[in-house]
Amino acid sequence: MVPPVLEVDDLNTTYQRRVVLDAIDLSVDGPALVAIVGPNGAGKSTFLKSILGLVPCTGSVRVLGQPIDSVRRRIGYVPQRESVDWDFPVSVGDVALMGTYGRLGWFRRPGAAERRVAQECLSRVGLDGLEDRQIGRLSGGQQQRTFLARALAQQADVYFMDEPMAGVDASTQAVIFDLLDELRDAGKTVFVVHHDLRTVASRFDRVVMLNRRLIAAGPMAEVFTTENLQQTYDSQFVTLDEAIACSATTR
Amino acid sequence: MGLTVWTIVIGTTAAAACSLVGCYLVLRRLSLLGDAISHAVLPGLVAAFLITGRVGGWPAVLGALIVGVLTSVLADIVHRRTGVPEDAGLGVVFTSLFALGVVLLGLADGTDLDPGCVLYGLIELAPLDTAPVFGLEVPRTLLTLVPVLLITIGLFVLFWKEVQLTAFDPAHAVAAGIHAGLIHHAVLALTAGVIVASFEAVGSILVVAMLVVPPVTAGLITRRLHHLMPMAVFFATTAATGGTLLATWWNTSVAGMMAVVAGVQLGCLLAVSSVILGERQSRGERGVSPGR
Ligand SMILES: Nc1ncnc2c1ncn2[C@@H]1O[C@H](COP(=O)(O)OP(=O)(O)O)[C@@H](O)[C@H]1O
Ligand SMILES: [Mg+2]
Repeated sequence: MVPPVLEVDDLNTTYQRRVVLDAIDLSVDGPALVAIVGPNGAGKSTFLKSILGLVPCTGSVRVLGQPIDSVRRRIGYVPQRESVDWDFPVSVGDVALMGTYGRLGWFRRPGAAERRVAQECLSRVGLDGLEDRQIGRLSGGQQQRTFLARALAQQADVYFMDEPMAGVDASTQAVIFDLLDELRDAGKTVFVVHHDLRTVASRFDRVVMLNRRLIAAGPMAEVFTTENLQQTYDSQFVTLDEAIACSATTR
Repeated sequence: MGLTVWTIVIGTTAAAACSLVGCYLVLRRLSLLGDAISHAVLPGLVAAFLITGRVGGWPAVLGALIVGVLTSVLADIVHRRTGVPEDAGLGVVFTSLFALGVVLLGLADGTDLDPGCVLYGLIELAPLDTAPVFGLEVPRTLLTLVPVLLITIGLFVLFWKEVQLTAFDPAHAVAAGIHAGLIHHAVLALTAGVIVASFEAVGSILVVAMLVVPPVTAGLITRRLHHLMPMAVFFATTAATGGTLLATWWNTSVAGMMAVVAGVQLGCLLAVSSVILGERQSRGERGVSPGR
């Protein structure tokens, strides 16, 4: 039997005694595009970081049926753009190449094969010709694509993306959605923290609704309901349409 | 060989080593960590002296390595446990360790260990204390400085991939299975070793200057990490050479003059780059990055 792509059991994360994630239980089968939604400060980024072992937490997390440390080479991560140092002296090409480093292991240097992979990934996100540009000198959409290219270069089976559509233009958003479809069709599972409720139902297969606790998780049609949205967003909205309209205007 | 030549050799070796580790600190926005470490290592130096009876040399570098690791690990614990910012955690740890060093120094009273000498070494006198190497009288301080520089270069070359990832995006590095925490603490320990090996010869003020100024200067003219380090070394060594020559000419403090030349390099490039940026902006190009 194929194990679930992600299996989380009683996950608790606290920052300096403040509980940010409270007893999360979750099991997700792949391949799928999984949207993670919830209000600001709900702990969505923390959830991804907890799964990836980037913040101290308790409970058990298994990815592809194994502890995270055994499957790191099969995992790709796109951090939230706020966490990136845009003044850092690296070019678009450098960043994409960095995606290949994890697979290389100690002492081996990236060679022609790795450069080719990085170049292909840049082409897939439409950044040909920008290889030598410093990352601070890109538009928001180009910046986001650069980090997607790095994740693609990781040649992973499971991806975790933290708000890849934040601050991007419409054309970049279309590129990203096409890329997500490609990844799913290639048998991969992608977890995407996503703020735009308008596109959640149409572009994703599954949804995880989070607000410190797990409100609901499962196939879109069963779970993405008005009632669950009200609970997730602290009853700010009365109807699904209202919630969706609001998510469109606040961003 | 002439004294001035030896002074230049000592100065450039120390400056090169400092500027290399300084690049990492500046990129991680931890530049003042160098200053913190240069104080925090005092108990390591004193302990090394109490055990071996010798000031400086390899025992001091070893003591500094140990205390350097201790500093970064303790600071990390304070930062994680209390949630105070990383630099505040360091502030707590390095002042405590420095105080511990001062107390230890009191216990070692009556010996010839002079804190002024430990912390402010005199580059003018360094060439006079020599040891024979293959029949050539070489300043003793180079026997630690040169290996420390070579080790620094060797480690950066060997672990270039890991250092690059750790400096740029530690969270992504860890997620991808790179031991970013280990690399970070290793670089900080190396920094402690470089600092101690250097300030025995050139003094802590110059060490802090060489940790920060050449990497910042290099950062003004390059947008690529693998150019940054060689350029920082270039600015550091030219500042050391120019500083020695000017100081000899004007008969003033060598270490001071080296730091001044490094500062002048930075000032000149800043002026040039702001002129270029200004022109670009007036042509309507986007010259500055959108920030963090
Ligand atoms: N490093 C941290 N230390 C302390 N608190 C944090 C830290 N990171 C996030 N938080 C807090 O944890 C909560 C959840 O944050 P986050 O996971 O970033 O939420 P989201 O991504 O859903 O907006 C927020 O209240 C935030 O202020
Ligand atoms: Mg977030």
